[in-house]
Amino acid sequence: MGILNNPKYEERIQWYLNKYPDRRSAVMPLLYIAQEEYGWINDAGLDEVAQICDMDPTQVKSIAGFYTMYSEKPKGKYWLQVCNDLACALRGADEFHHDLLDYLDIEEGGTTADGLFTAEHVMCLAACDKAPMLQCNFHYMENLDMAKIKAFVEEKRAELEHESSK
Amino acid sequence: MDKHILLRGFDVPDMHKLDIYTQNQGFAGLKKALGMTPDQVIEEVKASGLRGRGGAGFPTGIKWGFIPKAEPLKYVVVNADESETGTFKDRLIMETNPYQLIEGAIIAAYAIGAKKAYIYLRGEFWDVAHFIDDCIEEARKQNLVGDNIQGSGYSCEVYTHLGAGAYICGEETALLNSLEGKLGQPRVRPPFPAQKGGGLYGEPTVVNNVETIANVPWIMANGAAAYKAYGTEQSAGTKLYCVSGHVKKPGVYELPFTATFRELLYDICGGPLDDAHPFKALLPSGGSGPIVPINDTLLDTRMSYEDTAKLGTIIGSASLIVMDDTVNVTWVAAKITKFFKHESCGKCTPCREGTYWLDKVLDRILTGGGKPEDIRLIENVAKNMAGITLCALGEFAANPIIHTIKQFPDDFTEYVSGKKADVSLEHKPVGAKKFAAQEK
Repeated sequence: MGILNNPKYEERIQWYLNKYPDRRSAVMPLLYIAQEEYGWINDAGLDEVAQICDMDPTQVKSIAGFYTMYSEKPKGKYWLQVCNDLACALRGADEFHHDLLDYLDIEEGGTTADGLFTAEHVMCLAACDKAPMLQCNFHYMENLDMAKIKAFVEEKRAELEHESSK
Repeated sequence: MDKHILLRGFDVPDMHKLDIYTQNQGFAGLKKALGMTPDQVIEEVKASGLRGRGGAGFPTGIKWGFIPKAEPLKYVVVNADESETGTFKDRLIMETNPYQLIEGAIIAAYAIGAKKAYIYLRGEFWDVAHFIDDCIEEARKQNLVGDNIQGSGYSCEVYTHLGAGAYICGEETALLNSLEGKLGQPRVRPPFPAQKGGGLYGEPTVVNNVETIANVPWIMANGAAAYKAYGTEQSAGTKLYCVSGHVKKPGVYELPFTATFRELLYDICGGPLDDAHPFKALLPSGGSGPIVPINDTLLDTRMSYEDTAKLGTIIGSASLIVMDDTVNVTWVAAKITKFFKHESCGKCTPCREGTYWLDKVLDRILTGGGKPEDIRLIENVAKNMAGITLCALGEFAANPIIHTIKQFPDDFTEYVSGKKADVSLEHKPVGAKKFAAQEK
C-alpha cells in the first residue's frame, strides 16, 4: 500500500511535518516510516518520501545511504548489530561478534536461511559499560554472552515454527 | 557524592516522573528564570562558570551571549548524538532525569529569545526519544511546555529529532545540516551557528550538549555561587565520568571536578578488572583524546580541565577507557582508526584518505607485515590530517596515532621488529571471560 495515503501512517507523518518549518527536515523520520513499511529502503519508499518532502528521489537516496540505520537491502526479521568498538572490544565484544556469526552460520552482514536473523558489527552504541551488547531492531540488548543470545535466537525460532504450524 | 546535581534520580527514586520531579525542585529553575530578564539568566549562567560538557569545555554563558538579540528567529539545539567510543552519559541523564533536560532546554531558549528547541538524539536512542516525547507531552499538560508557560507570556516548543547512525552528526554544523534534512556533513565557518546565516535554517542557534543543558535548572534554582562551590577554579560544578574497559565496576559516576583519577578508578570502580593485570593506559576522553600511561602522577591528578591539561591530555567529555597490561596499544590505535575511518563523512580529503591509509598500514603492522619505517609513515600521515579539515574529526583521528606512538613506542616496536604478530585483528582480552562470569 505504501506510506502515502496510508491511514496507518497519516497521523505520524503529519506530526513530523508539523515539527519543522521546512518539509525537508522530515526526510529522516519519514525514511524510518518507509523502512517500517517495506522492511528496507526500496525505490518505492524513496519516491514517496521525496514526494512528501518536496525533494528529488536522488537526494533522498543520498540521505538514506549516508546513515547506517537505513537498510539499503532486505534484512532478516531481527537485525542484530553488535558493537565491537574499542570499549566493547576490551570486554570481549570481538569474540562475541564472531561467535554469534559462527552460531548463526552466516558471514558478516548475512541473513540466516530461515530469514529470521541478520547480524553484523556496528560502530559505538553508547553502552560501553554493558558490553558485550547489540541492538536488535533498534532496541538494546545488554550484558550479553553466548548463552543469553542463543536463548533469544531459539525463542524466536520456536515462535516462527509455532506460527507456521498454525 | 552526597547529593547529585545531574543524576538526581539516584537520590530520589522515580525522578523520571513529572510529579516526583516537581516535588524535588523540578521546574523551580524555570519559574525563577521566567521572573528574570533573559540577560539576567545569561549573566547567572556566566557567573556559574559552567563549561560545555560535550568535550570542548567552552563557557556556556558566553556562548549564549553571542546570539544577536535583534534577530526575530533563533533556535536552541540540544546535542544528544553521543556516539564516541567510551561515551554513555547523556543517555543516563535522559533516562533518569528527562524533565531536567526539558527544563534546561526551555531556560536556554528563554535566555536567547528562542521559541523552539530541538533535541537531536542519535538514531540508536530510539526508545529514549519516544520516552522524551511522552515527557514533553506530560509537561505540556502542566503548562511547562508550549504556549504562555506558567502565565509568563513566554512560549516555547520542544521537539525531538532522531538521527540515523552517523558519528559526524555530533559535530554541531553537521548536526544542523542533518536536522535540516541535508547530508550530515560539517559546514564552513564562519558564519558560526550563533551568527545569522550560520545556525539552524540560517538563524542564530545555540548548540549545547545534554549534560551542559541538564546543569542549567540546578544553577538557576540554587544560584551560581552554590554551583561554583563544587569543582575547581576553572572547572566549576560536577561532571559525569563514564568508565569502561578493564575495571571491576564500569559505569557513569557523578563527581565534582576536584576528584582524582585514583578516587574514580580505585575507590569507585574497584581497581583493575583482573588483579593479576595492573592498569596500563587510559584514554580520558574517548577515542579522540590523547592516551596517557596510568601511573601515580596520573592517579593523583584531579579530573578537571586545567589539571588534565598539565598531563598533555584532556578531560573532554570524561569518557574514560581503561586498559590493563594485556593490551598492546598498537591494537588500540588500529581499533580507534577503524572507527574514524568508518565515521569520516568524506567531505575533506585529508580525513577521508588519511583514515583509510592509516587503517591499511596499521592492519599490516598488526598482522606481521610491518617495517620499522612504518612508524614514521603513520606518524607522517596523521600529522598531515590534524588541523586542516573543516571539523575536528580529522584531528580526532590523528590523535590516537600521534599519542600512542609518543607514549608507548615499545608497543609499536614489538610489532614492526617482528617479535609480535596477530593472526587476526580481534583482541581477546584475558579478563573478558572472567567479566562475563561475574554478576552484573
